[in-house]
Amino acid sequence: MSEAISTATAGVTNRPTGPQFQDFLPGVARVIPEGVLGGLNRIFEAWTKLGIFRYLIAGALLAATALPLGPPKDEVLVRTGFYMLLALGLNVVVGLAGLLDLGYVAFFMIGAYTTATFTNSDMGAHPVILNPWFVIPVAVVIALIAGILLGTPTLRLRGDYLAIVTLGFHEIVRQTARNLEVVNGSRGVFSIPHPDVTIAGQELTFGVLEPQKYWFILCVFMMAALFMINRLKDSRIGRSWEAIREDEVAAPAMGIPVVKMKLYAFAIGASTSGLAGWVLATKVGFISPNNFPLLSSILVLCAVVIGGIGSSLGALVGAVIVFGLPELLRDIGTEKILGFDIQTGRIAIFGLLLVIMMIFRPGASSPRPAGAELGGGSGDIAGDSVAPGIPGQA
Amino acid sequence: MNCNTAAFGDLLVTGVILGSVYALIALGYTMVYGVLKLINFAHDAIFMIGAAASFYLFGVWFDLNDPASGLGLVALLVLGLAFSGLASAGAAVALERLAYRPLRARGAARLSFLISAVGASFFITYLFQQNFLLGTSEHNFGGFMSRQPLVTVLGADLNGQRLLLFFGAIAMFIFLDRFVRTTRTGRSIRGVSEDLDAARMMGVNVDRVIMATFFIGGVFGGMAGFMYALVFEKVAWNLGFIPGLKAFTAAVLGGIGNIRGAALGGLLLGLIENLSTLCIGAEWKNPIAFSVLVLVLIFKPTGVLGEGLAK
Repeated sequence: MSEAISTATAGVTNRPTGPQFQDFLPGVARVIPEGVLGGLNRIFEAWTKLGIFRYLIAGALLAATALPLGPPKDEVLVRTGFYMLLALGLNVVVGLAGLLDLGYVAFFMIGAYTTATFTNSDMGAHPVILNPWFVIPVAVVIALIAGILLGTPTLRLRGDYLAIVTLGFHEIVRQTARNLEVVNGSRGVFSIPHPDVTIAGQELTFGVLEPQKYWFILCVFMMAALFMINRLKDSRIGRSWEAIREDEVAAPAMGIPVVKMKLYAFAIGASTSGLAGWVLATKVGFISPNNFPLLSSILVLCAVVIGGIGSSLGALVGAVIVFGLPELLRDIGTEKILGFDIQTGRIAIFGLLLVIMMIFRPGASSPRPAGAELGGGSGDIAGDSVAPGIPGQA
Repeated sequence: MNCNTAAFGDLLVTGVILGSVYALIALGYTMVYGVLKLINFAHDAIFMIGAAASFYLFGVWFDLNDPASGLGLVALLVLGLAFSGLASAGAAVALERLAYRPLRARGAARLSFLISAVGASFFITYLFQQNFLLGTSEHNFGGFMSRQPLVTVLGADLNGQRLLLFFGAIAMFIFLDRFVRTTRTGRSIRGVSEDLDAARMMGVNVDRVIMATFFIGGVFGGMAGFMYALVFEKVAWNLGFIPGLKAFTAAVLGGIGNIRGAALGGLLLGLIENLSTLCIGAEWKNPIAFSVLVLVLIFKPTGVLGEGLAK
């Protein structure tokens, strides 16, 4: 712990203009030699100076990962991509605001069903049929409204209630979709149109067998979400989340509107999830209540925790570990690890990982030294948990 | 609304029977919440372990298929209750030692407890889904007990399994209520749930009280698992999930942390969800039960009888 304080205070005393590497991944910064750290800090500083171009470059690099992958591997990439976006959004709720949402995929489902309802002319319940691209804001807004409707009564209560209410909410949404004839009940919605567009006379098609294009869309969304989240983190709202997470009693005493701030986090999470739902619906073209088992909510939570609670990068890496890795292992013909079937046993293993990570999460003891708080800035949340997670697993 | 009143008696009885199960599971949530202010998410898995343990005992090791009667049946039932109760209690105590106590020792944040609990729940549940345990398929259970109805109440046939569940639950609740109110351990439990730090200063061994709480919750959950498996004649790895969620709803409905509240909430929830099928399709049962949870939390978060074990 004393080491942590010294690196952190060092960050305070000769703090340059932008955030440094040790702010971003303090746990890693602690274990690497001084010289390497200096070099990394310089790279990091240069990277930070790029400003908004960082997102363009990172997005382009991420998108490019699809190019060397032919079918069927790029399909795995897209499937993982949905959950990467979901993990980014859930990380805002769980990691930044400290709210445990166990029904996060319900909003994913709401986004997907909204998309299906407003693009598929067979649905018949209403006359409004839109181009898939115009449905994006609709899906996002409806998921957001659902988040606000659920959050308004429950966010006033103790945090534990939120967890179980969201769990119940997921089940309510799923069963409602299953029972409502308007959305075809358990049969699900078929033939949701792909987001084909004509730009300057050139027709750009998005077939179901062209996962790369959807991956590109997902990369754009992920970068947009990342941009928004990073901006929020350093804003008044982000500071409030941090305050609430660290001490729910002190935060309102400092004049922070706790319920409102929690609601913001919840709504941002829900809308990100709705956005991912749009991609899913337009990509697959078919959705049914069975695509959204309760388990997937828990697995997204696993991704966030395993990647390191509070770190956006961690959430992305966590999603790759939780959703991408098992698919890849299955691809190379590994059906079992230590007697566990990969598809089902991974859940037991991830469950165990959650417990282990909570028990051995270093630096999470409270109260934390004030120095770490000051030096860490926004990246400091990541420091608690990312440190052991990222280097080992990435 | 088209209400089909013909089934009223049947649904009333089913509601009470299911409500007894919810009440027994709700007790585990409520007692742990009382002392630790923590939702023990893994309690649904503890319930499932009770059912699984009795399946191993009767279905695998004894391999009983013929209905027993008289003293033999009583002996089997007592054995089943004891075995499933102890198996679940053991699991619950282990859970407390391994997943919660390290966090408590460190004074970890509430979120860490919840995540640890969710992780433990899914670890146990999906461990049992593996082929070396229960596997993915459902198993038939309870061949050693006759399924013939014994009595008819309000037009509903009741067999031995259902009667056992109902009267068993009543006996267990009366016993527990007396236990918590009159014994020394019971007084410690009430003290810890009132104020953990003050109880510790008064010389109460808080760790032991917490362990006792998990033990009692586990025993009740395990016995409930055994009787639930008897009534529905099935055992499966995922049988705990929905009853667990509903039992939690029941605990909140009655007032979480309140033992009598758990009993009342369980019965109320069982009745609400079953009687609602008179007018609304049975497929809406689960959404209705969970909507009850949301509504209670909005309008009366302390539940019908109020919070707190000490009450």
